[in-house]
Amino acid sequence: MQEHQHHIKLPEGSIEKQTTTLNLGPTHPATHGVFQNILELDGERIVSAEQTVGYIHRAFEKLAERRPLYQITTLTDRLNYCSSPINNMGWHMTCEKLLKIETPKRVDYLRIIIMELARISDHLICNSIVGVDSGAYTGFLYVMQYRELIYEIYEEICGSRLTTNIGRIGGFERNFNAVAFEKLEKFLREYPKVLKEFDNLFVRNRIFMDRLQGTGAISAERALNYGFTGPNLRASGVDYDVRVHNPYCSYGDFDFIIPVGKTGDNYDKFLVRDEEMWQSLSIIEQAYRKVQDFKGADAEVFHADVPEYYLPEKKDVYTKMEALIWHFKIIMGETDIPKGEVYFSVEGANGELGFYLISDGGRTPYRLHFRRPCFVYYQAYEEVTKGSMLSDAIITMSSMNLIAGEMDA
Amino acid sequence: MQALTTRAKQVQRKPLSWVERIYLWNIFKGMLITFSHIFKKQPTIHYPEQKRTFSPVFRGLHVLNRDEEGRERCTACGLCAVACPAEAITMEAAERMQGEEHLYREEKYAAKYEINMLRCIFCGLCEEACPKDAIYLSETFTPSDFTRESFIYGKENLLIPDPVKQPEAFAKARGLN
Repeated sequence: MQEHQHHIKLPEGSIEKQTTTLNLGPTHPATHGVFQNILELDGERIVSAEQTVGYIHRAFEKLAERRPLYQITTLTDRLNYCSSPINNMGWHMTCEKLLKIETPKRVDYLRIIIMELARISDHLICNSIVGVDSGAYTGFLYVMQYRELIYEIYEEICGSRLTTNIGRIGGFERNFNAVAFEKLEKFLREYPKVLKEFDNLFVRNRIFMDRLQGTGAISAERALNYGFTGPNLRASGVDYDVRVHNPYCSYGDFDFIIPVGKTGDNYDKFLVRDEEMWQSLSIIEQAYRKVQDFKGADAEVFHADVPEYYLPEKKDVYTKMEALIWHFKIIMGETDIPKGEVYFSVEGANGELGFYLISDGGRTPYRLHFRRPCFVYYQAYEEVTKGSMLSDAIITMSSMNLIAGEMDA
Repeated sequence: MQALTTRAKQVQRKPLSWVERIYLWNIFKGMLITFSHIFKKQPTIHYPEQKRTFSPVFRGLHVLNRDEEGRERCTACGLCAVACPAEAITMEAAERMQGEEHLYREEKYAAKYEINMLRCIFCGLCEEACPKDAIYLSETFTPSDFTRESFIYGKENLLIPDPVKQPEAFAKARGLN
C-alpha cells in the first residue's frame, strides 16, 4: 500500500488500490447543498464514504451570544430554510419557556396553522426532489404551485417568503388579514386534489418503487443509536413524535395519527412523509375551525401581553411617551433576561429541532445550542449507503432530507 | 420495537399487482396525468413583463420617508442600526441649522445614512424599530449593478421623491397609483 493511501479503508484482501476515489461535493448539483463526501467506489458500488461537515458553517451559536433575543430569530430562519417558520416559532417558544410567558389559545392555533403549512412545504420539497433524483421531474413541477401558495400565505403575514422571520416573542407581529385566510381556504380546498395526483404519479409506480425499495435502509435500533428523530426514525418503525410525546403549543387539542414504516428504506421514508402531509392537512383544517370559533374580542388576539418583550403599537409609539420608552428599551435589548437554563424542542419538518438556551441574567444568551436533526442524519450516511450504488446514494441523501444550512448552523 | 403511543399507523406497502408490474402501464398512467395538464390554466407569470401583486407588508428595498411637507422624517436616533441583525446600517447625525426647517422635520437629522444592500437580509426589523415612520421596506426588489460599491446605498438612493416638488414620482414610489 502506498503511503498516501493510508486513510482509505480498502476492502479486505486487496493488495493495491483497485477502487476509485470520488469527491462528491462540496458543490455538486446532485447533493442539493454544500455537502462533501469522499467516496471510495468499486465500479459503481460504494465501498466507503467519508463525510465532511462545515462548508457553510456560519457560527450561529456564537453569533447568538451577542444578540438580543428578538434578533436571533433571523438566525433560525437560515437553519432549515425549507421550513423556516417552524424554526422561528420553536425559538419564540423557547424564549417563552425561559420567560414563563403563557400564550393565548388563538395564538397557539395560528402558530399551528403556520407550522403545519411549513411542514407540508418541506415534505413537498423533499418528496418531489426524491422524484427528481430518480428521474421523475414532472411531479416536482406540479406541486410547486402549492408551495408557492404556502409562501404567499407567509407573505401576507410577515412580508417575506423564504427567510420569514415570522412571529415575535409572545405571538405574531400582526393579525392575519382577510387575504391570508382567503388564501388558506383556497389551499385547503385545492391542495388535496394536487396531493392525490402526486400520489398517483409516484406511490404505486413500479419504476419509482424499484429505485427506492431496499435502498438506504436502517434498522430501528441503529437509527435510535445514532439519535434519529422525525420522519427518518418513524420510517424505521419507531412512533416517536415530539408533538405527541411532549405536546407544545396546544398540540394536545388535535387529533392525528403518526405514520410509521417498517424497514426504514427510502420508500418507507417517502410514504411516511406522504402520510404526514395528509395528517398536517387535517391538523390545519381542525386548527382553522378552532380559530373561526373565537368570537368578539377573542377573535382579535394575536399576541400575549408581554410589555417587556412585545413591541407596543406603532401609533402609541408616535404619540405616547411611555410606549416610546418601552419601544427603545426593547429594540436596544436593554431588558435583562432572567437567569436560567431551558431546553425546548419542536417537531421540525425533518426531526426534533431543539434549542438549548442558557442565560446568566445578562441581555443576551450566555450559550445557545441548536439541536439540528440533519447533523445527526449525516453521521449515518456512510452506514446507509455502504454497498449501494452511487445513484442510490444520491436518492438516499435527498430522502433523508439533508439540508446543509441546518447541518452546519 | 414496542409502540410508544396508541396513534401509530403502519403505512401501506403491499407488493405490486400484475397490472402494476407492467412498465407500459406505468408509462401510460404517467403520460395521462401529464397530458391532462396541457389543458390546465398556466400557473407561471412572465416576469418581468408581468408582475404579481405583493402583499401590502412585502419586505423589499428600503425607502427613507418624508412627511407631507417634503421634510425628511429621520432623526438619526440609530435604533434601526441597533436592531439590524446583519449590521448593514450606518449613519452620522447632524444638528439642524437655522433656515433648514423646511428640509428636516426634527432638530437632528441623518447627514449620512448608508445601507449595505449586500449585507442586508431584508428581515424588516429596521422598519419595526423606527419610532418616526422614517424607514420602510418597499415593494421594489432585485436591484442589479456592476460593482459591489454601488450596493452601498446612500441617502441619494434611499430617499423618497419630494411629495411637494415631484408629486408624481412620490406617488409612484409609495405605490399609490
